[in-house]
Amino acid sequence: MSTYPEQFRYTKEHEWVQVDGEIGTIGITDHAQRELGDIVYVDLPKVGAVVEQGKPLGSVESVKAVSDIYSPVSGEVVEVNESLADAPEKLNQDPHGAAWLVKIKLSAQDELSGLMSAAEYKSYAGAE
Amino acid sequence: MLAACGLSSIEELFAHLPPEERLTRPLALESGKSEYEIIDWFRARGAANVTGSPCFLGAGAYYHYRPVLVDAVVSRSEFLTSYTPYQAEISQGTLTAIFEFQTMMCQLTGMDVANASMYDGSTAMAEAAMMAVRITGRKRALVARTVHPEYREVLATYARNQGLEVVEFGYDAVSGALDLEDLERKLDGATAAVIVQSPNFFGVIEDIRAAAELAHGAGALLVDVFTEATALGIIAPPSAADIVAGELQSFAISPSFGGPFAGVIATREKYIRQIPGRLVGETVDTRGNRAYCLTLATREQHIRREKATSNICTNQALVALMATVFMTVYGKQGLRELAEQNLAKAHYLAGKLPLRFNGPFFNEFVATVEDPVALNEALLEKKIIGGLPLGRFYPELKNAMLLCATEMSRRPDMDAVAEAFASAAEPREVEAQ
Amino acid sequence: MIREARTHVSRNEPLLFELSSPGKKGYQLPELDVPPVDAAEVLGAENTRAEIEGFPEVSEVEAIRHFTRLSTWNYAIDLGVYPLGSCTMKYNPRVNEAVARIEGLAWAHPYQPEPLVQGALEVMARLEAALAEITGMDAVTLQPAAGAHGELTGILLIRALLESRGNPRKKVLIPDSAHGTNPATAAIAGYAVENIRSNERGMVDVEALARIVDEDVAALMITNPNTLGVLEVNIRKIAQILHDKGALLYMDGANMNALAGITRPGDNGVDVMHLNLHKTFSTPHGGGGPGSGPVAVKRHLEPFLPVPRLKQQDGKWVFDYQRPLSIGRVRAFYGNFGVLVRALAYIMAHGGEGLRNATLDAVLNANYIRKKLEAHYEIAAEAPSLHECVFSDARQAKHGVRTGDIAKRLIDYGFHPYTVSFPLIVHGALMIEPTETESKRELDAFIDAMISIAREVEENPELVTKAPHNTRIGRVDEVTAARRPVVRWRPK
Repeated sequence: MSTYPEQFRYTKEHEWVQVDGEIGTIGITDHAQRELGDIVYVDLPKVGAVVEQGKPLGSVESVKAVSDIYSPVSGEVVEVNESLADAPEKLNQDPHGAAWLVKIKLSAQDELSGLMSAAEYKSYAGAE
Repeated sequence: MLAACGLSSIEELFAHLPPEERLTRPLALESGKSEYEIIDWFRARGAANVTGSPCFLGAGAYYHYRPVLVDAVVSRSEFLTSYTPYQAEISQGTLTAIFEFQTMMCQLTGMDVANASMYDGSTAMAEAAMMAVRITGRKRALVARTVHPEYREVLATYARNQGLEVVEFGYDAVSGALDLEDLERKLDGATAAVIVQSPNFFGVIEDIRAAAELAHGAGALLVDVFTEATALGIIAPPSAADIVAGELQSFAISPSFGGPFAGVIATREKYIRQIPGRLVGETVDTRGNRAYCLTLATREQHIRREKATSNICTNQALVALMATVFMTVYGKQGLRELAEQNLAKAHYLAGKLPLRFNGPFFNEFVATVEDPVALNEALLEKKIIGGLPLGRFYPELKNAMLLCATEMSRRPDMDAVAEAFASAAEPREVEAQ
Repeated sequence: MIREARTHVSRNEPLLFELSSPGKKGYQLPELDVPPVDAAEVLGAENTRAEIEGFPEVSEVEAIRHFTRLSTWNYAIDLGVYPLGSCTMKYNPRVNEAVARIEGLAWAHPYQPEPLVQGALEVMARLEAALAEITGMDAVTLQPAAGAHGELTGILLIRALLESRGNPRKKVLIPDSAHGTNPATAAIAGYAVENIRSNERGMVDVEALARIVDEDVAALMITNPNTLGVLEVNIRKIAQILHDKGALLYMDGANMNALAGITRPGDNGVDVMHLNLHKTFSTPHGGGGPGSGPVAVKRHLEPFLPVPRLKQQDGKWVFDYQRPLSIGRVRAFYGNFGVLVRALAYIMAHGGEGLRNATLDAVLNANYIRKKLEAHYEIAAEAPSLHECVFSDARQAKHGVRTGDIAKRLIDYGFHPYTVSFPLIVHGALMIEPTETESKRELDAFIDAMISIAREVEENPELVTKAPHNTRIGRVDEVTAARRPVVRWRPK
């Protein structure tokens, strides 16, 4: 059973966000990576891109599927995890840590209240 | 079998078809024919076409010799009657050959990546334009008037419904090559692609580097098109281009009244995820053997559906295999020698004719003649098929024809063409006096 | 290190580039009968290349052995059952190959003046007429190079017709069971795609459709029989719903092998459809092509067909380019002519009765397989099957075995797998299309293999999940191929 960090907030589309001040780090959950299987490619936005909560910010690909990544928060992309370009397998190995996707400067902190806690997500993902 | 299915008659298989939808009469087709009758009928149709005569037509479909090895290979049941190689373990023959094809396409074009084939050169060009749109996020294409006119028509059909604006730019009336000043004038920050062809429709070698420099200066991509693949045996590879879209008919594919041919798209490594069509990649199997499989399939329609890079599914695999065998038989030295022979033949013929342009040309060129149709009729009396009158595509060139000479063109026939040109010119001189 | 021994040198054939050695060649050109020219001189040194770096150099014997050895690594229809659902892998009669190579046809140049290609034009005209008769449509274009290309042509025709009526409209409806080419095509033609769900019988839900169709809908793209192998029994009602709102009905004719001679789309409300000559009409698939995707239309779409159109003038066939309403060209020249020749030969060999019998045999074969396998695999849709039957891996999945594993194990039994994991609406689909080609003996061998695998799944699932075991290479690592794409050979 996966452990879902308490300090993260989660979406129904299986993304997480960890907020530190005005910066949110975004990734996909362990549940998501297991459902996707071997991830072979990650398509991420460029620094400076403006993303909206609930809208696609990129996609992850397995050999025979493409899945959109929906942004858990709105804001501007300030950093992108470039290391995933050469090593997409990191997303299978460490989705809650080294394989974070992007960092976003939040434009609406109140959006976070609509997201799930670790406990809520765990039961949501378990039921799916 | 009927009993096993619980049926008493084969018609019951369609019992659920509403009766009003059923065809109640036999199809109005002639009754089934024997093999002998079929061959006989098609032989008669073949005889109703004029072929076997010397022919100086090119313009996107070329007469080159087809080594007999090509048919020996593509007639193998294992290549001819297999499906797309989705099941890699029992499709390594096709997959390996495609990998070799992709490699040879890269070597010929100076690109990093080539796909497994497109329908033909014209659709490859349209797809290359759409690829440039995806890469640049822009929606305008500049296409040279020296690109094959039918390729430009296909581009127009594809572009019309995608909000892709297509603007043509001209050619230099003296050289027959790109009018780079016109290109520069029309280039802007909204341009996704500059599309040129080399050798161009008039046979003239274009300055790809200069066109690429202009395109890149405006943030656009350069798409280079080729219709005469043999030229790549001798002309500089279009390495300055960002996307190369070509037609491989010259490589052992008979003209076959215009198809099936095989197109290809090649590009730089960084654009690999925007290339349309199938790609074969190298990998290993569970036992550590080198193996090949279709890869990066997430670009394609069966996975990405409406967001795919293209809707292409079936391509021209067997025809691409013909090209692969052809390139193998000729090889490094042979392709060069073949290109040299084409060059020599075309320059021999051109040396005897009034040329419309002075730009460097490979195996096609434009010659001036008052009435190209009358000239062709005169040639036909000598059982020679002449060139392509250009007025249909270029009103300003109604007194010109495009001629092609290949390794198959014989000197006496070329001399006969020269004579016909000479006698076509005579009456006019009389009038002028 | 001890290398794995392989039974024959042919199993270790290297790539051409590895076989290559400098100076080897497999050709001889005739002596040049004109003076040679210096390329650098006539083209300019900057326009010429030194050599094609890395290009192969092999002898003629090496070349033919190379490709013949590679060929033995392929499965093929001529070796046995190739039951790929939706692909109609039927026998490719060799007479088709013979006629396509007749010199007067194979060497006709597309720009020869029309009087010099009357034979080629007659072949095309005759095929157009035959396809119109088979589909019940009024006009046919042979220009599209494959099925997806035909789809694009068809949707562009719809767009052109609607534009001429004042409004091209916004979206195309596509059932969730459709081939991926359908949504990709609609998008390329500039339409938004709206997926519609199939009902529990795998068919278009007519009532739901009636609610969705409005003035924004340009067309519905329907596959009939659909990808479950199930006949859309309400095709006339569906057409009526669309036509009432000014929308059109597009039929994907990929599965025409289930209908030819029995029912005609054109009689039942379909406005436009494409055919796959490399499926229904037996032209060889060639490892992925060439195909041909003619489009057949009803009269109201005829003015929009691609240029040129064939017509008769003073007893001769000519091309008509004066078609102001035409969508334009979808490719250079006139279509995959060599494929058209093969398809016409097939139609001539069969005649009307033969085509109908082929359909009945194809449907019978699929139903026979269905009946024999129903006890071992879960059928995906209860509705009667036509030319293919679709199962799910629900029972086998309980043992950790998926459709892809069963497919690989079939290879060990000497069969090509069925279509795996399609249609997407069936979880873990096994899609089986035997075609009329297979005899009872071949079908029984296939059925035996499938039943035997079902037993293996229960008794020794690992035997199946690790398959294939008897092939030249084992299961291929597609993940590494996609993560680090190597799509060309490079010198070490």
